[in-house]
Amino acid sequence: MIFERRLLTRDRGAGILEKFWQIPWSFVVLLCAVAAVGYVALLSAGSGNPDTYAQKHAIRFGFGLVLMLGLAMIDIRVIARFAWLGYLGGVALLVLVLVHGNVGKGAQRWIDIGPVQLQPSELMKIMLVLGLASWFHRASWEKVGNPLFLIPPAIAVLVPVGLILKQPNLGTALITGMVGAAVFWAAGMRWWKFAIGFAAIGVAAPIAYERLHDYQRARITTFLDPESDPLGAGYNIIQSKIALGSGGLWGKGFLQGTQGHLNFLPEKQTDFIFTMIAEEFGLVGALTTLTMLLLVVVFCYLVAFRSKHQFGRLLAIGLGTNFFLYVFVNVAMVTGSIPVGGVPLPLISHGGSAMITVMLGFGLLLSAYVHRDAEMGPMRE
Amino acid sequence: MTWRPWGGAGLLGRERTVRKEEERRRGIFTRRAAVLGVIQLGAFGFLGSRLYRLQVEEGARYATLAEENRVSARLFAPPRGRILDRTGKVVAGNRLNWRALLVAEQTADVRATLETFSKIVPLGDHEKARIEREMRRNRRFVPVVLRDFLSWEEMARIEVNAPDLPGISIDMGTTRMYPETENLAHVVGYVAAPAEADAGDDPLLQLPGIRVGRAGVERFHDRILRGRAGAVEVEVNAVGRVIRELDRREGIPGQDVQISVETELQKAVLAKIEEGTTAVLLDARNGEVLAMATKPSFDPNIFNSGVSAAQWRQWTSTRSTPLINKATNGLYAPGSTFKMMVALAALDAKVCRPGDTVVCPGHLDFGNNRFHCHKRSGHGAMNMRSAIMASCDVYFYEMARRVGIDRIASMANRFGLGVDLDIELPGTRRGLVPTRAWRQAQGKPWSIGDTIVHGIGQGFYQLTPLSLAVMTARLASGRALQPHLTRAIGGRPQRGSRPEDWPNLGIPDADMRLIREAMWGVINGGGGTAGIARLPAQYGQMAGKTGTTQVRRVTREQRERGYNVNAVPREWRPHALFVAFAPHDNPLFALSVVVEHGMAGGATAGPIARDIMVEAFQRLGPQRPGQRVAEVTR
Repeated sequence: MIFERRLLTRDRGAGILEKFWQIPWSFVVLLCAVAAVGYVALLSAGSGNPDTYAQKHAIRFGFGLVLMLGLAMIDIRVIARFAWLGYLGGVALLVLVLVHGNVGKGAQRWIDIGPVQLQPSELMKIMLVLGLASWFHRASWEKVGNPLFLIPPAIAVLVPVGLILKQPNLGTALITGMVGAAVFWAAGMRWWKFAIGFAAIGVAAPIAYERLHDYQRARITTFLDPESDPLGAGYNIIQSKIALGSGGLWGKGFLQGTQGHLNFLPEKQTDFIFTMIAEEFGLVGALTTLTMLLLVVVFCYLVAFRSKHQFGRLLAIGLGTNFFLYVFVNVAMVTGSIPVGGVPLPLISHGGSAMITVMLGFGLLLSAYVHRDAEMGPMRE
Repeated sequence: MTWRPWGGAGLLGRERTVRKEEERRRGIFTRRAAVLGVIQLGAFGFLGSRLYRLQVEEGARYATLAEENRVSARLFAPPRGRILDRTGKVVAGNRLNWRALLVAEQTADVRATLETFSKIVPLGDHEKARIEREMRRNRRFVPVVLRDFLSWEEMARIEVNAPDLPGISIDMGTTRMYPETENLAHVVGYVAAPAEADAGDDPLLQLPGIRVGRAGVERFHDRILRGRAGAVEVEVNAVGRVIRELDRREGIPGQDVQISVETELQKAVLAKIEEGTTAVLLDARNGEVLAMATKPSFDPNIFNSGVSAAQWRQWTSTRSTPLINKATNGLYAPGSTFKMMVALAALDAKVCRPGDTVVCPGHLDFGNNRFHCHKRSGHGAMNMRSAIMASCDVYFYEMARRVGIDRIASMANRFGLGVDLDIELPGTRRGLVPTRAWRQAQGKPWSIGDTIVHGIGQGFYQLTPLSLAVMTARLASGRALQPHLTRAIGGRPQRGSRPEDWPNLGIPDADMRLIREAMWGVINGGGGTAGIARLPAQYGQMAGKTGTTQVRRVTREQRERGYNVNAVPREWRPHALFVAFAPHDNPLFALSVVVEHGMAGGATAGPIARDIMVEAFQRLGPQRPGQRVAEVTR
């Protein structure tokens, strides 16, 4: 319906091999380097024993790499065509996890698919970007200016955000909303509508807060201000800051971090892995890691600027923002800058869900890069 | 790849529009993406600066915090000092306590291990409940006590079955033990878990399982007995598990405290008295407490392991209050034992001379009131000596009227009545010796009638048996001695065992001699009220004074009908008191006996006092008490 079958068949002839060489191998090397940082950090988190975390991490990354390269081969037009299916699938999984998912840390977050645990909220962010990019792909500047045109994508953002809030996972819900907002912004939604939107949220939030039960409010208060609960979430942040600060400029050395190895650092292999790096390798190690992660985001922007079609551009900017938010929220959290929890550091933290979904996203990104010049059909008036 | 035309050539115009639109859209996207990119780059910059601040600018501070995190100082309790009696016998000691501990993380199945253990050492249901509660409360590496006070046999069985008992170990601790159980409970006191208020500056008190003195000498000398905590610095992980020991500082063990009580004498005194009776025996030369007995008593060992609710109810519900040391906390009117104070006050105030007589017709009329003498027919002409011997009430009514209540009170205070005493027993009561000012502070007037009643030790007086013993010892020695228990701390003798350690009371010798002679006469002279209390000849002669104090007021109507104290319920009967010192010419012992509802001081308390005095002579007489500090050994 949207895409011309004729063009799809013709382009398929470009040949897998030719496409394979189109893959930006420097980016793949960059991802491997980031994953290697993760391997070293997880080796330390496992007290030098690779079996604890590091080995699994390497295997997962290998699997993710294959997935990514495989996706890169799929024509971007096929991806665009079935984007809505991916979106609906993501929402369906979110509903599923609410109906019977596993409860972790007081929230329903994952479902078991065979041996793999999947957090649908992670997947949803990718699928949302996909769906929104497909929606805005053919929208002209005028069309984006039409408020009625914005209603369906707005609902498409609010539904998964609401479902994730219900888990409850306020952090991921906010990130999902922000990823959606980034795509809206890049698609050309008028800035004053943004202003109105944010103003509306600013007005609605206190009203919604007023309507909450006391225990719900308490949950949000602790969530927003972990220092108010020094033995709970606040303890983690305090210990994390101690670990970071005591790392100094050059760090305590591999396997020498006292905070991590004496277990003062909570969740050192997942949410607080960056702290582990900063404690053992100091500011130098931390900034190196941060720079590598920044380069990944920069690459997303390069893909966006080089794409000849709006779908690829929006997809790349959405995925880049998603990755950026992962990194920013995680590092800001462990440095005690923002009071949010439960966000892993992509490609470095231990855990399957984030790794697979991030690599899946990069597969789509690479497809957009490989097919950056593909003919995607005209925009609508 | 190049732009391919969409549809036919007729759409060329539209194509151009589309291309223009596309260019416009791309331009907008680029600008917007640039804005987004700048924001994100700025965010990365923020993270970098944040890291710089934490790791470089504040790095030193956090490095210190990390070190503090890592190193934890742990205290361990030194052995508690023992309490020894006069002869060096241990009256509060430490017993080795072999106990079985279980570390949950060292066993695969806690339930199964407990099951096996209870087959070897049976565990009661409440014990199991306690163990499960502690298991839940503690982390898995914290040892939980399964059973205290294991016998050799139980230990042997546990050791033999060790392979089937993973995670169970035997550990040696100490626990407080009172071998004399009830005999010295009120003097020695007891230890128990510290109360909220005790948790002061000593970090030792935060140790789990620590015991502090909660009563008696255990409490008074708690700091000395407790010692100073040792400390060990260990590297710990976040959950507090010790990784390794970094430094160790031994504590200072608690010091032994030797008290002046002689256990065998104390037991002998207890054997002489019945429930409701209190006896305090002091060394008349220096104020050392030789025996302090009151019945009923309690077993202080019970406090160590925790008092059950049922036990507590039993202790607190009875009228006999076993937990209360009536020697220091029981309050009684002194009755006629107080008359020496009135006599001395009269002599001091020069309101009469010793030889002056007062005629006793059996009563004294003052205003509309008639004050009766215990002898209805009257004693006739009485001087001070004969009035004390016969315990003539009218003489002392008259003396009190002459001298006034305030001067009586001040004399009583000089003899240790109604003032705080330096005894090492926390909670000792001061008692009450009323004055005009005291009564007026209550908003009531003081009348001469009140003074007259107080001349015979009745009225508002509330005195402890200990203070009466102190009064007697001061009468015997003429010195302002204080009652005390501590003879030696850590083997070093303490001040106060020599008579010269105590200042003179400053009462003229002639006055003191007169009172002592009169008290001698009470027992040994003709017409004394306590001939029954005469000592066997070989121990010399005792001086003393009887006292009988009304518990209820006897009305005129009752008196006219013929009031018979034997016919009233026991708790209405008067208390019997006796104070005495011996030998009368060179006093070694001073004593007070209070028999609740004992009817008459002479008949009831007198023989008890005599028997206690005999015991004292037999046990401490020849060597002279207070001469030698027993060897203190550990």
